[in-house]
Amino acid sequence: MTQYLVRRLLIAIPSLLGISVILFTVLALAPGDPFEELATNPAIPPDVRAQLRASLGMDDPIHERYIQWLFAMLRGEWGYSFVSRIPVDQLILQRLPTTIAVMGASQVLALCIALPVGVFAATRPYSIFDQIANTLAFVGFSLPTFFTGLLFILFFSIHLDWLPFVYNTNIQASGWRWWWEQFRQSIMPIAVLGLFQGAAWTRYVRSAVLDVIRLDHVTTARAKGLSEGRITVKHVVRNAMIPVVTLVALQLPAVFGGAIVTEQIFRVPGIGSLLISAILANDTPVIMAVTFVFSALVIFFNLVADILYGWLDPRISYR
Amino acid sequence: MAGSTPASATASAAAARPHVGPWREAGRRFRKHRLAMASAVVLSVLVLAVLVGPILWPVPIDGIDFTAQLQGPSRAHPLGTDDLGQDLLARILYGGRISLAVGFTAMLVAVGVGVLVGSVAGISGGKLDAALMWLTDLFLSLPQLPLLLLIIYLFRDSLKELVGPEMGVFILIVAVIGLFNWMPVARLVRAQFFSLREKEFVEAARALGASRLRLVARHILPNALGPVIVAATIDIAAAIIAESTLSFLGLGFPPDIPTWGRLLFDAKDNLDFAPHWALFPGLAIFLTVVSINFVGDGLRDALDPRRVQ
Repeated sequence: MTQYLVRRLLIAIPSLLGISVILFTVLALAPGDPFEELATNPAIPPDVRAQLRASLGMDDPIHERYIQWLFAMLRGEWGYSFVSRIPVDQLILQRLPTTIAVMGASQVLALCIALPVGVFAATRPYSIFDQIANTLAFVGFSLPTFFTGLLFILFFSIHLDWLPFVYNTNIQASGWRWWWEQFRQSIMPIAVLGLFQGAAWTRYVRSAVLDVIRLDHVTTARAKGLSEGRITVKHVVRNAMIPVVTLVALQLPAVFGGAIVTEQIFRVPGIGSLLISAILANDTPVIMAVTFVFSALVIFFNLVADILYGWLDPRISYR
Repeated sequence: MAGSTPASATASAAAARPHVGPWREAGRRFRKHRLAMASAVVLSVLVLAVLVGPILWPVPIDGIDFTAQLQGPSRAHPLGTDDLGQDLLARILYGGRISLAVGFTAMLVAVGVGVLVGSVAGISGGKLDAALMWLTDLFLSLPQLPLLLLIIYLFRDSLKELVGPEMGVFILIVAVIGLFNWMPVARLVRAQFFSLREKEFVEAARALGASRLRLVARHILPNALGPVIVAATIDIAAAIIAESTLSFLGLGFPPDIPTWGRLLFDAKDNLDFAPHWALFPGLAIFLTVVSINFVGDGLRDALDPRRVQ
């Protein structure tokens, strides 16, 4: 297992490097000067600006600039936000826990929907339940998150007036009351993301279970006289999870996209809304850093998926 | 994938029936999928409405009328008006043209790149294949939306100067969405190539002295087309969602061009007193995407050669 982990970690390094090359190329190819903010400042005379450029290494050959940039990123020297003059890493660390919490909760919700519904539908293929579940899943992942978000606000906040639609970071309450308010304001962002993911995953789970359920080892288990529930849980679902984990890992970049949108709709103060406000304010260091963090998160969760994969399928650990 | 069914069962069944071409057969199977058929009808109506609608409903998209602000649906304005009294039906019809055009063109870019990468990887194998697949996996693990936003933020202004605000953003959005969506097609085409290039008919063509290009273009690619068509259909839906998302975040087309996402962006702050403003464009996006997805599902059933009914 350790060996497998180390190998996976080593494979992740070239991907991270590849992503950093792409990020840097985009930045280097971009027309105009990304540090124009400094250039337009009348308080800085041209020769000082030239010195500043030289000190930032902007006139060096491109591969040297890339290496310098990469090491600065790795050391956590991400620069200062143009807008708030706060170090970018602090800004991101403030926002990251919220994003992770909302996303994590929505993924758990998605799993709680997709697993039972998908398995139940697949064990009764082409039944009425299966057809309804399948159609609903189609509808669910065809509804873009920004539209479901607006529909939820329209229905639960405006029409019924049950839930607040703006996320409030400093709730004036303590103890259970605080948790209750927190729960009430998180429920819509989590549900929007979770339902969207859940719909997509239901289809994966269903088709994976359908593939496994026809295999010989399931027939054997049934011939041994095991109960139907035990067969489903121990012999079918565990094997069906292997392709599902792969597909879920492939979907991760899309999950981050959904997180950006929901954070924007419900004004959740996470790194997604930080990215949007930074773009609208031309805050280059923040934009670069947030994109880098998103890439690193995708790679990290791919790694987690690989570990899960090794646990679900012991055969590949020993390869 | 193709030909993985035992040949005997298929062959005897086909011999009993009068000969039908593969496309006809696919059409027959597609018509059996009721939801896909209904979706095809809905989609045709939507496309037709978007194409000829602005001619039949010749209301200007930017006709400001302060006496008719934020009105609900009425006879003069079937889908109501926005905060400047602009007619929403006209704006949605116009926005649909852009959304569908972006979806279709971005799909062409994605499928073009995907087929190219997949065929090169599939026919050459070896180191080139490994390198191309590494690239594909790398692109699959890129966070697409943040990168899309980043690229549009960095390149928008210079392209605007080059080819005008509308065309510049169109080219940028189509290119970027296309370049982030080719990976599934490439993987699919490569997998098809791997199974097809060992088939007897390809071997026969090779024995007859067909060049590599001819093998690919004439014998392998046409047989790999089925799954590519399905993936292309789904890609249109994905591209439409991507474009609407960008516009919804306020970073797509310029504000005066009412794409569906942009209409939602403008409407979201007026949800409490003008819900129709958000509902109709959102419904348009949803209907388009869901019907494209169902059509894709029907095509998958129709074009899957493993399925013999």
